Amino acid sequence: MNCIIIDDEATARAIIGQLCNNVPSLNVLEEFPNAMQAIKYLNSNEVDLIFLDIHMPDFTGFDFIDTIKNPPKTILTTSDPKFAIQAFGYDCIVDYLVKPITPERFQKAIDKALAIKPTVAKEKQSNQVETTSGNDLYVNIDRRLIKIDIPSIYLVEAKGDYIQVKTEDKNYTVHSTLKKIEEKLPKSLFLKIHRSYIINVDKIIDIEDNSVLIKKDVIPVSRSNRPELMKRLNLL
Amino acid sequence: MEQPNLSYIHSMSGGDKAFEKKLIDIIKKEFPEEKQVYFDNIAAENFKEAAENVHKLKHKISILGLVKSYEIAVDYEHNLLENSIEGKADFESILQLITDFLKSL
Repeated sequence: MNCIIIDDEATARAIIGQLCNNVPSLNVLEEFPNAMQAIKYLNSNEVDLIFLDIHMPDFTGFDFIDTIKNPPKTILTTSDPKFAIQAFGYDCIVDYLVKPITPERFQKAIDKALAIKPTVAKEKQSNQVETTSGNDLYVNIDRRLIKIDIPSIYLVEAKGDYIQVKTEDKNYTVHSTLKKIEEKLPKSLFLKIHRSYIINVDKIIDIEDNSVLIKKDVIPVSRSNRPELMKRLNLL
Repeated sequence: MEQPNLSYIHSMSGGDKAFEKKLIDIIKKEFPEEKQVYFDNIAAENFKEAAENVHKLKHKISILGLVKSYEIAVDYEHNLLENSIEGKADFESILQLITDFLKSL
């Protein structure tokens, strides 16, 4: 099994790496001190197994799993047994190792991982990855995760297999769907007003009949979405 | 008082002396850095961040075979999350114990 190790502690990475070296069926491809580097790696590489620390600054192990699509089999490594119940909620998690990890316990976890067939048919892991962190949205463009300030987005337009994200400063064309980005945007700020458009309600300039003027774009409002739009307006 | 030891490192190295040396070198480098971040956060009364630091340091405490000290660290981490520094002196004496031990290696 090709595996990667994600842990912000060098000592932990060295120990897990050594434990892997003692198991012939494991091949460590890479080690990462944070989740974001691992996400970038997974955009263009496939792995069978991840050793994942839960407790990492900024981006926890659970945040990491929530972010990637079709996560591979994952063994959590942590100093804290209290997350075990939460771990049960994830199909990809095959075991939960509490540090310090003994060789015997490590071997058991590997046996479990080998025994479990992937539960989800693996889609290519280079699929679009998006994550929100506070006011930020990361979009994958040409294998780079580009950060977009969410409040600066005024319009998202569906264009076939792509979406165009328009911000105050720049437009981004991203391989994704309107539905996926809608899930990542705060509902308090954004509203789908047509099957091809999501707008930032704060950026509306005016509304006329069945269209909205937002910046210089005139966007149609579908009949079914109009009542929700009207509800969101502070009408005099 | 219990003393740090290399039993765990020996048990998981599979007799690989080069790995043992490598791991000790990593701990010698990483431990003082983590300790300093902890002291900085305590000085600034950033107790939540200090709890995170204690969480990381716990791993090294356990690697060095300090079973009772590990429990002290668990309690102290919990206290810090509650904005209490109860257990600070005991925890910091563990840090000193490890510092002295690492110097002796």
